[in-house]
Amino acid sequence: MIQVVCVKQVPDTETRVKPAADGRSLDPAGVTWVLNPYDEYAVEQALRVREQQGGGEVVALSVGGAGAQTMLRNVLALGADRAILLRTDLPGPDGLAVARALAAEIRALAPGLVWLGRQAVDDDQAQVGPILAELLGLPCATVAAAFALAGETATVERDIEGGREIVELTLPAVITADKGLNEPRYASLKGIMAAKKKTIAEKPAELGEPNLEVVALELPPARAAGRVVGQGAAAVPELVRVLRESAKVI
Amino acid sequence: MSILVFVEQREGRVRSVSREALGEATRLAATLGGPVIGVCPAVADPGLAALGEAGAEKVLLAVHPAFDRYDAAGYAQAAVAAVAAVRPALVLFGASAMGRDLAPRVAARLGVGLATDCTSLAVQDGRLVAARPVYAGKAIQKVAFPRSPALASLRPKVFAPVSVPGRSAAVEALAVEHDAAAARARVVRVAAAGAGKVDVTEAEIVVSGGRGLKGPEHFKLIEDLAEALGASVGASRAVVDAGWRPHAEQVGQTGKTVSPKLYVAVGISGAIQHLAGMSSSRCIVAINKDPEAPIFKVADYGIVGDLFEVVPALTEAVRKLDAHA
Ligand SMILES: Cc1cc2nc3c(=O)[nH]c(=O)nc-3n(C[C@H](O)[C@H](O)[C@H](O)COP(=O)(O)OP(=O)(O)OC[C@H]3O[C@@H](n4cnc5c(N)ncnc54)[C@H](O)[C@@H]3O)c2cc1C
Ligand SMILES: Nc1ncnc2c1ncn2[C@@H]1O[C@H](COP(=O)(O)O)[C@@H](O)[C@H]1O
Repeated sequence: MIQVVCVKQVPDTETRVKPAADGRSLDPAGVTWVLNPYDEYAVEQALRVREQQGGGEVVALSVGGAGAQTMLRNVLALGADRAILLRTDLPGPDGLAVARALAAEIRALAPGLVWLGRQAVDDDQAQVGPILAELLGLPCATVAAAFALAGETATVERDIEGGREIVELTLPAVITADKGLNEPRYASLKGIMAAKKKTIAEKPAELGEPNLEVVALELPPARAAGRVVGQGAAAVPELVRVLRESAKVI
Repeated sequence: MSILVFVEQREGRVRSVSREALGEATRLAATLGGPVIGVCPAVADPGLAALGEAGAEKVLLAVHPAFDRYDAAGYAQAAVAAVAAVRPALVLFGASAMGRDLAPRVAARLGVGLATDCTSLAVQDGRLVAARPVYAGKAIQKVAFPRSPALASLRPKVFAPVSVPGRSAAVEALAVEHDAAAARARVVRVAAAGAGKVDVTEAEIVVSGGRGLKGPEHFKLIEDLAEALGASVGASRAVVDAGWRPHAEQVGQTGKTVSPKLYVAVGISGAIQHLAGMSSSRCIVAINKDPEAPIFKVADYGIVGDLFEVVPALTEAVRKLDAHA
């Protein structure tokens, strides 16, 4: 079985965000780029399925700029068999455009499972997975916290408010990974060496017409300076008073 | 031009995110034009006429035997049918577990853009602009919609519902052709987390504990304070990864985003990834023994001190308040 893992390169979660001079995008100066944290769980699950099945191919697929090569090399070091980079400048928050580019490539691969992260922690859209599934005409479960595969049936557990939904899907299917799905591995030295020989194919991304237009990227209004009401248990009465009388929240 | 609101129900109860979305639709209708119309997939009418008081003029009810649980394909079909019927300029969803799953599917079927998890919507120079936190709340991105209808999902607990006393919504049937038996994905079971537990994303008050608690057994302190306040319990990633608390309680970049009216952070340092999940809370209280802890930079009120002394005293004080109230 072929499995596709869609991976995105995003700024490290520690990044200090500064809007660029255009007022619409991120100033890339000093940004460290990493594999989107949720995509780590997606990659790991695809590798586990390949291991359980004793074979098959895991293809990493990304829409991004030249820098995404480094991330894809990392995914190959983790164990993916090959990678495809669909080149474009930073894709922005337009989930439909990104999903169109991914779908065009995935159709030709005819995978049994397509893995994505629940959301990319740059634009925090959480939409590419289910859009992609619709474009491919495949069933989809989002925010998977547990996964099992028996024959052609996948079972996914997903957190909802106050509980869990258990979803059964018939393959081929699209699944987006949440934290907790598994414990992602680290790249081994052997894996890093092997990755050097694997291929990263490059082609232009077919994004189509834009569906969202970014008009501004701004820093959030600073929260008004708070205050320490006191030290230790002695400060409790004052805290209760301000919560009650000033903030009116209790 | 109308505004369509996806009305979410679970087990026959309309969810509060939908009242919030109807509230925002009502406010926007003043500039974008109305009417505000709902669409609700369900097995039976969950009392939709009452949504008139929440701002809906009319609600389209899509009844199907498979709609007792979330049925992604069927619900998307209902939403698309409603769009075809009312031709809205804007379609709103709550950014709940269901709305986050459903809205992108509807966007794909309509071939239009979707802005998710928005915290404000405004009409600027005649066009709708959605503001949404990005980079885990470190920046706000504003987006416009080149295609119609515009689709947006709204972060829970950010938008206020409205109250139109005495108004009743017209409830009309919406026909949906959906072959549930042919579905290749189905919800086979829903497991409840535990009776009476309110999810952190829906709670009015959240009390979260971090590594400062020193061990899972001490979360009793957090649970007691939460109970006194009528709050839900949250947690930092450090204690979730340590196995002290379930992932469902994790607040932050790789957990849940919460916007309660009161967020109490106990023994939590305030790492940037934690702040991502709670900095849109209305009022933040920090209890930490380290006066330099970054959590104090976002907290409205703080107590510097040993949580093992402060928290029991606070619980006691809140209980006394309740006894006197
Ligand atoms: C990709 C990525 C994603 C992440 N996602 C998340 C996320 O979603 N949510 C999240 O929370 N974290 C997340 N993190 C982890 C984050 O960076 C921090 O490691 C974590 O939030 C720390 O948890 P903590 O505040 O409980 O622990 P610590 O940072 O260890 O803080 C403990 C605090 O308790 C205080 N303390 C200790 N003893 C006492 C006492 N007796 N009384 C009072 N105070 C006391 C200390 O002063 C300290 O400030 C993520 C990290 C990465 C890299
Ligand atoms: N440019 C991209 N290239 C490849 N995969 C992507 C891209 N953008 C998003 N994805 C995938 O879609 C998931 C959700 O992203 P998003 O909808 O942008 O939050 C990510 O975790 C990735 O798996």
